[in-house]
Amino acid sequence: MTALTDLSLAEARDGLAAKKFSALELAQAHVAAVEGARPLNAYLVETPEQALDGAAISDARIARNEARPLEGLPLAIKDLFCTLDVPTTAGSKILEGFRPPYESTVTAQLWRDGATMLGKVNLDEFAMGSANITSAYGHVENPWRRQGDNRPLVPGGSSGGSAAAVAARAALAATATDTGGSIRQPASFCGLVGLKPTYGRCSRWGVVAFASSLDQAGPMTRTVRDAAIMLTSMSGHDPKDSTSAAIPVPDFEKALTGDIKGLRVGIPREYRLDGMPDEIEKLWERGIDWLKDAGAVPVDVSLAMTKYALPVYYIIAPAEASSNLARYDGVRFGLRVPGETLDEMYENTRAQGFGPEVRRRILIGTYVLSAGYYDAYYLKAQKVRNLIAQDFDAAFKNCDVLLTPTAPSPAFAIGEKSDDPIAMYLNDVFTVTVNLAGLPGISVPAGLSKDGLPLGLQIIGRAFDEETVLRAGHAIERAANFTARPQFIAGEA
Amino acid sequence: MSLIQGETGAWEVVIGLEVHAQAVSNSKLFSGASTTFGAEPNTHVSLVDAAFPGMLPVINKVCVEQAVKTGLGLDAQINLVSIFDRKNYFYADLPAGYQISQYLRPVVGKGQLTIDMADGTSRTIGITRLHLEQDAGKSLHDQHPTQTYIDLNRSGVALMEIVSEPDMRSAEEAGAYVKKLRSILRYLGTCDGNMEEGSLRCDCNVSVRKPGGKLGTRCEIKNVNSIKFVIAAIEYEARRQIQVIEEGGTIKQETRLYDSHRGTTRPMRSKEEAHDYRYFPDPDLLPLELDPAWVENLKKSLPELPDAKKARFVADYKLSPYDAGVLIEEQASADYFEAVAKGRDAKLACNWVMGDLFGALNKAGLDISNSPVSAKGLGELLDLMSDNTISGRIAKDVFAAMVETRKGASAIVEEKGLRQVTDTGAIEAAVDAVLAKEPEKIAEYRSGKDKLFGFFVGQVMKATGGKANPAQVNELLKKKLAP
Amino acid sequence: MAVDKATVARIAALARIKVTEGEQELLAGELSKLLDWIEQLAEVNTDGVEPMASVVHIKPPMRADVVNDGEIRDKLLANAPQDARGFFVVPKVVE
Ligand SMILES: [Mg+2]
Ligand SMILES: [Zn+2]
Repeated sequence: MTALTDLSLAEARDGLAAKKFSALELAQAHVAAVEGARPLNAYLVETPEQALDGAAISDARIARNEARPLEGLPLAIKDLFCTLDVPTTAGSKILEGFRPPYESTVTAQLWRDGATMLGKVNLDEFAMGSANITSAYGHVENPWRRQGDNRPLVPGGSSGGSAAAVAARAALAATATDTGGSIRQPASFCGLVGLKPTYGRCSRWGVVAFASSLDQAGPMTRTVRDAAIMLTSMSGHDPKDSTSAAIPVPDFEKALTGDIKGLRVGIPREYRLDGMPDEIEKLWERGIDWLKDAGAVPVDVSLAMTKYALPVYYIIAPAEASSNLARYDGVRFGLRVPGETLDEMYENTRAQGFGPEVRRRILIGTYVLSAGYYDAYYLKAQKVRNLIAQDFDAAFKNCDVLLTPTAPSPAFAIGEKSDDPIAMYLNDVFTVTVNLAGLPGISVPAGLSKDGLPLGLQIIGRAFDEETVLRAGHAIERAANFTARPQFIAGEA
Repeated sequence: MSLIQGETGAWEVVIGLEVHAQAVSNSKLFSGASTTFGAEPNTHVSLVDAAFPGMLPVINKVCVEQAVKTGLGLDAQINLVSIFDRKNYFYADLPAGYQISQYLRPVVGKGQLTIDMADGTSRTIGITRLHLEQDAGKSLHDQHPTQTYIDLNRSGVALMEIVSEPDMRSAEEAGAYVKKLRSILRYLGTCDGNMEEGSLRCDCNVSVRKPGGKLGTRCEIKNVNSIKFVIAAIEYEARRQIQVIEEGGTIKQETRLYDSHRGTTRPMRSKEEAHDYRYFPDPDLLPLELDPAWVENLKKSLPELPDAKKARFVADYKLSPYDAGVLIEEQASADYFEAVAKGRDAKLACNWVMGDLFGALNKAGLDISNSPVSAKGLGELLDLMSDNTISGRIAKDVFAAMVETRKGASAIVEEKGLRQVTDTGAIEAAVDAVLAKEPEKIAEYRSGKDKLFGFFVGQVMKATGGKANPAQVNELLKKKLAP
Repeated sequence: MAVDKATVARIAALARIKVTEGEQELLAGELSKLLDWIEQLAEVNTDGVEPMASVVHIKPPMRADVVNDGEIRDKLLANAPQDARGFFVVPKVVE
């Protein structure tokens, strides 16, 4: 029999229902895996008692035939989601010791549906990063290694802890968040499925904000089906979030019909970047062929504003962040570094509490909003953002989904790229457009690089059409038949 | 135009006001915490008001309604789409590090308000805008020698910031503006206007110039909390600025505080640094969109406002503009007056309300809503006069007794036996008795000393305990004293 | 260079982040590079384009005016670095 930690979320659910194993056994196996995964630094807080106590309840419910949709399934939670009385840091020293007196809507819905928590997982500080090297609590290691090269690799970011934990079989699935690619890019780097839902699909209430108009929670899983299952529980209208969409939540798993005949798949020509690695180009071609073989119709489309997406993002996201992070001031929660005056206290606290990347983004955001620069930067970026969204609107007149690579490279080594912020930002070149337009996107593992590292393909859909996105992603998954496993599996080392 | 005389000649003061009026609501602008005044520190605070990580604002419909109603009451443009922005600055009682406010696109645009001056003249003052925003918390600096204490109970309470054009030219006009605005807000029920509790606060922008010259540099006096102080602060500030300029100095644009004990203004230290609020649309809130039909309904449901009521009182009750102005200042006194005046002599009702009633309330330190004499009670008293049950003279005593005992007019008249004597026989007997005692005075009267008539009336009234019908007494005396 | 040391000092003060002299130099370089890169947006013709603040095109929901929150002072103060008598406490502010 497969190890319990190697099951997909769906398999674990079905195994519990069939009483092949108990929720307690499932939880115990995962609690051990969480301990075994410590070398990756994926978990910031382990909550074995929550997983085990929850499992006991789940077993009782299963015995009474009262299983809920996620009954007894142990998950990792990105440490950006506030969890009741469980430390929540956003990967920052400034929130060290913070225990929220509340539970985020998304996690509350997962617990409502019977899932349990293994712990809180690492991330780039305030979700700002693409390699999970900006966390105040140390970088996360990718469970994958290049062939013949033992240097530790980054898991991608900002949801690097979520990706590493799920890839290393130290959680059945994880929650994650995506502001510019933070679910899809680490999914691509770790051989996982990562889904960023439409903006407004999942409540932002109780999720530490980075850039409010872009942030969106979503699942990190090992299969497309698992992503569908997680999304069904995570989504839904929340009256506490004014930007949450009041539209019904379908059972996303039902969308996985396997039938994509006649689906028009847009191939945005501007995503063919100069100097893009050959293996990415080839992977993309292969993806087009797979979909064609399954009956879909490739369509050439243009997203002319693509090259401006990153500069737009690096105005809008830091601007919103500079304001969102003003509340970390040493007065009501988190770190306080004393000062003679109130302003000194603020300045000391924020200088010592925020890491260099967060400080840099707050300063850029403050600059682009400041008097005399607002029109040239922020307003201009908002206008180009509109053009980017219009590009998508036009493209979706001619196609149902778009197919693109997820990231311009496989995972890189810790220390590579890190001295040049712009080189690091380019990691998000294929993912960030989707956040700016508020659309759903999924990354599905599609192959290996020449070094043996996972590479993902991205499907982008119309707003609130996650079902088609999942269906197309499912077709890629089936064609790619990605069975490679990372070198590090928790408990096997 | 009222000018201030300086050493170098006359100066004109230019005043614009920003009034922060707390919208009447049970819960806060973006959270479900209570707005009740005077609670224990930090009890009326939600996690949203304290800006905990991941907390999000959701707007309170009633607060929007209050802002729109106020806009309609100020004859202003209602913007069907408005936008909430973040105004970013750090302060200990501003938990999020930004205030949610409206900057470029407020919910209410241009409007106007008419102020009434003591000399009976009126002026129209332009309203620039009204926007909705959150109040900040409260910093207490006097609780500890080295620490400031923070209470967030007010944090997130809905404020309507009402900005006037720089249309006022004297401290008195500014006072009249605040008075009128407060009156309108109270009529609308959109702000209780309680300045002591801080529900209405006034920022005064003051500059001076030579008459007709170009605008001077202005100073903003923050958070003045009574009409008296508004007048005193502006007067002081204008004279200060004139003195600075006349002594060869220049005015620095700055924020100042009014010190009510010294009657002076001084620069506010915490506001010294140059401000750069980095306004941008709040990404947690979508643009506020109003349904035109909903606005139209609110418009239809507006109560009669002070100016309309005043005009109606002058037209319908033939009151002087001054009397009407006094009566309509508070909705409660206007209603009281109307209840008394309806179907009665309006001028008489006005005299009684403004004279006897207001005098009694003043003396007792009472509000009209707690009046010991109800409008119905006063009406009854007036009826007793008009049907000759009592005389006007006796009515004064009855009213005093009503205030004293809170009993009804008829009860007091019965109890004290104050019913007017109209029996001609009884009055004639009293008249005869008086005349019999005063033969010399009769002779003097008949020889041309007309003034003595009042003496005879007085004697008869005295003999009847004031209860004789004065008209009948007059008539009988005239007849009997005729040569 | 778009951003000099004085500008770094000014925005750092606005953002209430203490930046040392040495860091000012470094940040001025970093921020300038970033802004140079961002400035490619100037090529885009945005005449007549509406700024897009949000991708959501719904009417915002409005709350009913009911009191259903607050009265949680203990929770509110539980994470505070310093509190006294039900207040948050900060270094003395002079108005
Ligand atoms: Mg103001
Ligand atoms: Zn204001």
